[in-house]
Amino acid sequence: MSGVLASMIDGVLVGAVYGLAAMGLSLIWGVMDVINLTHGAMIALGMFCMYLLFSAVHISAYVLLLPTIGVGLVIGIVVYWMAVHWVVGRSMLMSLLSTFAVNMMVIGIGTAVWSTSPYNVNLDNQKLKINDITVGAYTFTGNHIAAAISAVVIALALQFFLYRTRTGKAIRAVADNREAAELMGISSTAVLSIAFAIGIALACTSGALVSTLFPFTILSGAVYQLKSFVVTILAGLGKPFGALVAGVLLGLLEGVITPFIAVSWIPLIEFGLFVVVLVAFPQGIFGKRATA
Amino acid sequence: MILRRPFFWIILLIAAGFIYAPLHGNNVSLREDLILVAIAIILASNLNLMIGYTGYVNFGHIVFYGLGGYVGLYLTTVRNWNLVLSALVAGVVVSVCAFLFGLAILRLRGAYFALATIGILQAVQAFVSNFDPWGRSTGMYLSFNSYQSLGGARRALWITYFLIIAVMALSMIVSLAIKNSKFGLGLFAIREDEDAAVVLGVNATVYKAIIYSVSAFLPAVAGALMFFKNGMIDPSIAFEYMLSLEGIVMLMLGGQGSVIGAALGGALYEKLRSYLLTAPVLSNFHLVIAGGLLLMVVLFAPGGLIGWVYRLVPRARKVIE
Repeated sequence: MSGVLASMIDGVLVGAVYGLAAMGLSLIWGVMDVINLTHGAMIALGMFCMYLLFSAVHISAYVLLLPTIGVGLVIGIVVYWMAVHWVVGRSMLMSLLSTFAVNMMVIGIGTAVWSTSPYNVNLDNQKLKINDITVGAYTFTGNHIAAAISAVVIALALQFFLYRTRTGKAIRAVADNREAAELMGISSTAVLSIAFAIGIALACTSGALVSTLFPFTILSGAVYQLKSFVVTILAGLGKPFGALVAGVLLGLLEGVITPFIAVSWIPLIEFGLFVVVLVAFPQGIFGKRATA
Repeated sequence: MILRRPFFWIILLIAAGFIYAPLHGNNVSLREDLILVAIAIILASNLNLMIGYTGYVNFGHIVFYGLGGYVGLYLTTVRNWNLVLSALVAGVVVSVCAFLFGLAILRLRGAYFALATIGILQAVQAFVSNFDPWGRSTGMYLSFNSYQSLGGARRALWITYFLIIAVMALSMIVSLAIKNSKFGLGLFAIREDEDAAVVLGVNATVYKAIIYSVSAFLPAVAGALMFFKNGMIDPSIAFEYMLSLEGIVMLMLGGQGSVIGAALGGALYEKLRSYLLTAPVLSNFHLVIAGGLLLMVVLFAPGGLIGWVYRLVPRARKVIE
């Protein structure tokens, strides 16, 4: 029984990282009504960004999160002007397909550069780290604890940004009602591109954190993309902090079930959860009414 | 009546061409090329029923093809059924599953449905990779005896080819028939404005579930035939995510909503892909080029190739649909 408890605690730690990824998806979805299908590819790019940075400089992986955020913001701006700006406000089909096209291109380039073989980031030789904590027969790895703490810190920083700064308030205003926000003198184009960039940066950062926990390939993003969808649906749209909570819930659920069944069944269970939630609560469990 | 549409006869001519070309001179390598083109046309045409007609993106269309292949191979190998019967049963089984499933997930509107289809692909793949009777992740192999009942391997491959061409022609005919029916009008209404369609008496949930299951049938039959021809199946080739994605590129390239557009896009893209895969420099980048192509079409020419033709020659709409 205590094995399940240990697995649950570990699930919660990993779940915080899922939540961070979902925050990015949820922010973009809520602000501009675009479902960002580049999400998985961006998570994968974040993983490789961390891999490259960490093999170049052996300082702490958690310090390297900062440049990863920067890279994510830049990629986000580029992708926004390449594929998203032109389809905001057009039918959902168009934005799905255009972000999807970018996804294919990123995965294509990634496959050509890194192939689909697995990589991993070895944290053992870094300076700053949290030691493993052993309780009885169970060990909670320091990496998982540190990743969860990083995820929560970044989530709090985003929350602060959205509620306490002028730009953040502008983003929320545009999410609520774009026309009214424009009448108040907010440049919605600037706000949309910033929000999109932040969303991508969150995806990259969570990818970077995942890369410190598990081995990954360029295609790994797809798995976390599905988790992000589940989490976003659970949390309801446009509720970034709710996404973090829902992410922790999903991690907890995974923690509860993994001791009992094979890991390869997990996508099936998550998908089942996804459909059940969508059909039973089409607007998200605690979400506002969505305009799909 | 469908027989009075000129395009119906064009479809039959195309199919006749597909049959005549490789038979003439017993050209086996041409046959292998055309089989891929035919599969592309089948996938793109049936995807068109969802994306082009109903306005619902299905990212996991390949699930039908893969599941059809699994059911078909299971029936021919383990149960020793005849090929045609097992392909048909595979089609029926998969479309019944799709219908029941569709009733549940098609309550979801637009984008939510699209997300669910991504999930379906991963969930079905996870299920099949864990399913013992279908050989888990190693898959299944065809026993050579299965070819004997069709008169040896050589004849069996030709028969499979003709059947696949028949499925291809049927896919286009089904698309044409739906386009010219009241049912098709209902789908178009859902595509344009689902709320208005519901108010005007279109039972949207049932319509969507029906078209979802119709779009599952022929790809499943094609999957059963194709994997019979290949002689083996495993989860990674049956549910090849890339093929599912490329199906969307094919459709958008040719022109969504148009029967010939879907077929043309399928054929052209398949040719392009085989060129890219064999060109030494480009083979690693075929996905990048496909993605770039899709982005261009979405941003600059949402009507695809056929939309461009329609604009140049408006009368063409009457003949090639």
